[in-house]
Amino acid sequence: MMLVFALFFLLPLIFVTIVSAWDYNEYEMIPAFSLRGYSDTFEGCIADLPNLCTILKTYLKTLKLCLLTWSLTLLIGFTVAYFLAFHVRSKTWQIVLTLLCTIPFWTSNVIRMIAWIPLLGRNGLVNKGLQGAGLIHQPLEWLLFSEFSVVLALVHLFTFFMVVPIFNSMIRIDKRLIEASYDAGATGWQTLVNIIIPLAKPGIVIGSIFVITIVMGDFVTIGVMGGQQIASAGKIIEARLNALQFPAAAANAVILLGITILIISALTKVVDIRKEL
Amino acid sequence: MSKSSKLNGGVSRRAMLKGAAGAVGLVAGSGAITGFPYVHSAEPKVLRYLGTAVNEGDDISKKCLEDTGIKIEYITATTDDVTKRVITQPNSFDVLDTEYFSLKKLVPSGNIFALDSKKIKEFDNITPVFTKGQLPNGKKIGNQGTAPWKVLYLEGANSKTFSKTPTEFVTLIPTVYNADTLGIRPDLIKRPISSWTELLNPEFKGKASILNIPSIGIMDAAMVVEATGQHTYADKGNMTKAEIDLTMKIMTEAKKAGQFRAFWKDFNESVNLMASGETVIQSMWSPAVTKVRSMGIACTFQPLKEGYRSWASGFCVSKAVSGPKLDWAYEFVNWYLSGWAGAYLNRQGYYSAVLSTAKANMTADEWGYWMEGKAAVADIKAPDGTILEKAGAKRDGGSYDDRMGGVACWNAVMDENDYMVRKWNEFIAA
Repeated sequence: MMLVFALFFLLPLIFVTIVSAWDYNEYEMIPAFSLRGYSDTFEGCIADLPNLCTILKTYLKTLKLCLLTWSLTLLIGFTVAYFLAFHVRSKTWQIVLTLLCTIPFWTSNVIRMIAWIPLLGRNGLVNKGLQGAGLIHQPLEWLLFSEFSVVLALVHLFTFFMVVPIFNSMIRIDKRLIEASYDAGATGWQTLVNIIIPLAKPGIVIGSIFVITIVMGDFVTIGVMGGQQIASAGKIIEARLNALQFPAAAANAVILLGITILIISALTKVVDIRKEL
Repeated sequence: MSKSSKLNGGVSRRAMLKGAAGAVGLVAGSGAITGFPYVHSAEPKVLRYLGTAVNEGDDISKKCLEDTGIKIEYITATTDDVTKRVITQPNSFDVLDTEYFSLKKLVPSGNIFALDSKKIKEFDNITPVFTKGQLPNGKKIGNQGTAPWKVLYLEGANSKTFSKTPTEFVTLIPTVYNADTLGIRPDLIKRPISSWTELLNPEFKGKASILNIPSIGIMDAAMVVEATGQHTYADKGNMTKAEIDLTMKIMTEAKKAGQFRAFWKDFNESVNLMASGETVIQSMWSPAVTKVRSMGIACTFQPLKEGYRSWASGFCVSKAVSGPKLDWAYEFVNWYLSGWAGAYLNRQGYYSAVLSTAKANMTADEWGYWMEGKAAVADIKAPDGTILEKAGAKRDGGSYDDRMGGVACWNAVMDENDYMVRKWNEFIAA
């Protein structure tokens, strides 16, 4: 176990970190110490003040999308998990309904995203429907290739990653605790806030880690749904890789990794997962 | 089969008969019985062919096997991944299908074999577009960017320096090329389009798109900037830092004003944007326009007065290839230029490198439609038999001489590539 971890995770990570401090030219990496990858990345961050530099703008945008996606997946995921855990009595139905949540994963990423065009596009179903109902006269342009569509696609994809861990935590809650709470005169809301949420916390945190790490590094969904016009941290790495600027790409990857680790460690400060599990 | 026979410690009579019969059948089918057939060769002739999906047709590999006995194994990757693979894993392929502009990155890596032009049968018949930068009729064409003749020759067999004058050491044998321009939806625009400036015309606000491959996208942007008269570039394919700043500033303003609906990176994305009416004017590739049209949607590959941005691809051979495999590689390249493949490419709307052999493999009507800009006499069919154009139709942009003669610049890698990529990221983030 440790060996696999070291070989396939730690070692590559160390390589990436080393390479990020190398120099490069048009076609090869030069194993000489250079912080060019980093200094280029933060180019203009001080000179352009008060305007934001590219990298800050990009990260603010990525964080914003991440926050929106996280709060929506949490809200929807929690609700779905609550329904599955407390309102669906039979085990079979719980399994069937959980499996239904995996439907978005049955098709390939690209196909799924191309499929949004006939729905949200200028001549898509939603616009045609609203126009037909007389609610709007011009097609709504912000439905597609906008932050709205990016968040929509991300929520559609990743709510499942919230549902499963939260459901898993909820199912372990001793039903007698909830009964006791009602017997002691608590309302449904009080039971939710004081009993269920605290006990489902580990699930919430694990789900949050899934969603945040995936969204922070995503460039495919943001690229396609944002019409390639919305910057993301992953996109910068991809552009650098495609230009064969491996050290610069590695530097950006290290920065992204650092920021993601910060977020995750803040989350685990809130809940000690090891203790709770 | 041969593997299991070896394991058994000898070739069984039955296996031998089966093998011989199969081989004879193959040879007889291809009509290439010249002395001893290749049943005696120690291993089957296999070439690993690395390239993008665009040129990797099953029809071509089948026909090649039939004619030469060489089995082509396709390794498919995106343009960027092909380049990465050549640089990092030169042993993982034999023949490379790539574009001329990549050579500026590939050749210095030392992983590309210098081909001997004397072993290429049709080398002297390759269109002068590649060797001299002029049309067969002598007209000079645009030389901005990484034009093929700038990177076609090497100074020596092991040289990493491009030669300015012709030598016998060739980097890349051209096979297919085209002149790219903007695709438009004539049914939605409803007026003639004749200049690159229209891409940034506020009339098409929220309905325009460009290619999100930085090195190519910025050249389309430069065509627009030059057309609007804001700047004349010395070389659109090799901008100075100031020129990159200027170009990206104009594009950023347009982006902030909401000019672009989306940028595209993938062939299918461009088809979808256009077919769904999300965009009405965008950078496009010829086969994508054909695909939109085959869906019954009007789409024109619009010739523009400032000219075309051209690209060309062909075959390189890996430095790791030697011995009989090298002979097969030459044989394959020679076969490719011998006409059948050229005609196949011409029928898709591309151009073939050796025009004379392709012409011999096409009907007069096909040649007239695709190459001479004449109205089609009968329906024009794609290689797979589907009807592309009805009789009477003319090709967008006209003849070969009109289209290739109108080339303004070639796909390129700039000296300031690193700076340009950073500016492109800034543009996307703006």
